[in-house]
Amino acid sequence: MHSLPLNYKLTAFKTIVWKEVRRFLRIWVQTLVPPVITISLYFVIFGNLIGSRIGEMGGVSYMQFVVPGLIMMSIVTNSYANVVSSFFSQKYQRSIEELLVSPVPNYVILAGFVIGGVSRGLAIGVIATIMSLFFSGLHMHNIVITLLVVLMSSIVFSLGGFINAIYANKFDDITIIPTFVLTPLIYLGGVFYSVDLLPDFWRLISQINPIFYMVNAFRYGILGVSDVNVVFAFMMLVLFTVTLFVFALFLLRRGKGLRH
Amino acid sequence: MTPAISIKDLYKTYDNGFEALKGISLDVAEGDFFALLGANGAGKSTTIGVLSTLVRKTSGSVQVFGKNVDTNSYETKLDLGVVPQEVNFNHFEKVFDIVVTQGGYYGLPVKLAKERAEKYLRQLGLWDKHDQQARNLSGGMKRRLLIARALVHEPRLLLLDEPTAGVDIELRRSTWEFLQEINRGGTTIILTTHYLEEAETLCRNIAMIDAGVIVENTSMKSLLRKLHQEYFLLDLREELSEAPVLDGYNCELKDPAILEVALESNQDLNDVFAKLQALNIQVKSMRNKSNRLEQLFVSLLQKPEQVA
Repeated sequence: MHSLPLNYKLTAFKTIVWKEVRRFLRIWVQTLVPPVITISLYFVIFGNLIGSRIGEMGGVSYMQFVVPGLIMMSIVTNSYANVVSSFFSQKYQRSIEELLVSPVPNYVILAGFVIGGVSRGLAIGVIATIMSLFFSGLHMHNIVITLLVVLMSSIVFSLGGFINAIYANKFDDITIIPTFVLTPLIYLGGVFYSVDLLPDFWRLISQINPIFYMVNAFRYGILGVSDVNVVFAFMMLVLFTVTLFVFALFLLRRGKGLRH
Repeated sequence: MTPAISIKDLYKTYDNGFEALKGISLDVAEGDFFALLGANGAGKSTTIGVLSTLVRKTSGSVQVFGKNVDTNSYETKLDLGVVPQEVNFNHFEKVFDIVVTQGGYYGLPVKLAKERAEKYLRQLGLWDKHDQQARNLSGGMKRRLLIARALVHEPRLLLLDEPTAGVDIELRRSTWEFLQEINRGGTTIILTTHYLEEAETLCRNIAMIDAGVIVENTSMKSLLRKLHQEYFLLDLREELSEAPVLDGYNCELKDPAILEVALESNQDLNDVFAKLQALNIQVKSMRNKSNRLEQLFVSLLQKPEQVA
């Protein structure tokens, strides 16, 4: 089996990423504005109004505690939304065929869409971080860990969005998972509370939730406090990334929902 | 010379059990302008789909310029340009971006992709619209955009799946001229079409496919030679009340002033005129009743043994 030269693959990869970035910038009213409004409301209601009555959590003020979780929530939901909506739309209107008939290898296609999702996630992350400065000072315990967690979490959810889009046959199918799976995972993943507050059984259940590791590793990077060992959290993130990447690649290779 | 396309015993059965291709074999020479004709559901688009890898074959082998599509997937795809039957670009993208992006998928640096995009958009009369969203184009322009997109990496083989469907005759003819120019430049073209006039005008060789089986595969000239009968419509100077009896010819009055005459391949039109002259019937003008290829197409798909 022959392979394409590296510069071909790089050009194709950059083309896919730029197309994805161009897409979410073109429809910025749908992709960038709503998350900003949502995160502002979270900061005002949960952080400011309710948070001032809660006091401390995990050794820091509730506002400080909740900010990393809210930023992470914005990043992962937008990474997911970008890939699932873009890939499914292309599949639905069959414009994905222009990519499928080209010599671009499957892993380059996958990487291109994932980095497109990561780009939107990071853009929202930056906006959310700037918004948070109006409500809480920005303290950075470990910037390397913070950036790594952001990147890996965004990749995991972009991969999730990609797999969702491959299985989706109609537009309903790309909203079911975010509504019935993603949202509960986020709310039960320790964004708004420390899992130490949970009964033992639910604390155990939290440990199979990928968002639990993301939020806590991110919180550690910013505040230096976490409900879970950071190294273990990273191992879990690597595990989720590799598993989802291999599965998504397997689906692409089989042509699931794409080739007849 | 290595054929541009070599298909051997190609079978395709879809998941719902439909057998779209039942062991077709086909060679298309490099530089050819080749027509693949058939009714709806005959297997034309499935064949194009297998060549472009959008359809997975059940069995058989497919080679593009001597390279197996299974084992040399990337190389064979570099040689292919595909114009699909349905418009399949993002309607909200700009015309120019659609073509440049496709160039990127084939590894073209941005500068070269932009140059090529401009070149083909100009040649296809779309440059004036290059900065507009594709949704603003007319149906005919969208189909021409598909052609520009397929050509941006300058493939050696162009697959056209009904490229002028729904396009008005003027635009269709200018598209034909463009495709002939591309073909003269060395690009092999395989065309599926419902417009038999299109195939007759453009293509040198032809295969007819029916229910997943190739029923004819020959040159256009030799295929047209197989026509046993040709129908002519004669516009008469004066109206008649009934069809005249011409010895050896089938005549039918389609209208008081229009006479239809069927000519066997060994019969002479001059003889018809002489016989009409003898009956004092004056002919004002004459035309073919229908496209010749169409007659053959219908006869081949209905009664293949009569023309074999």
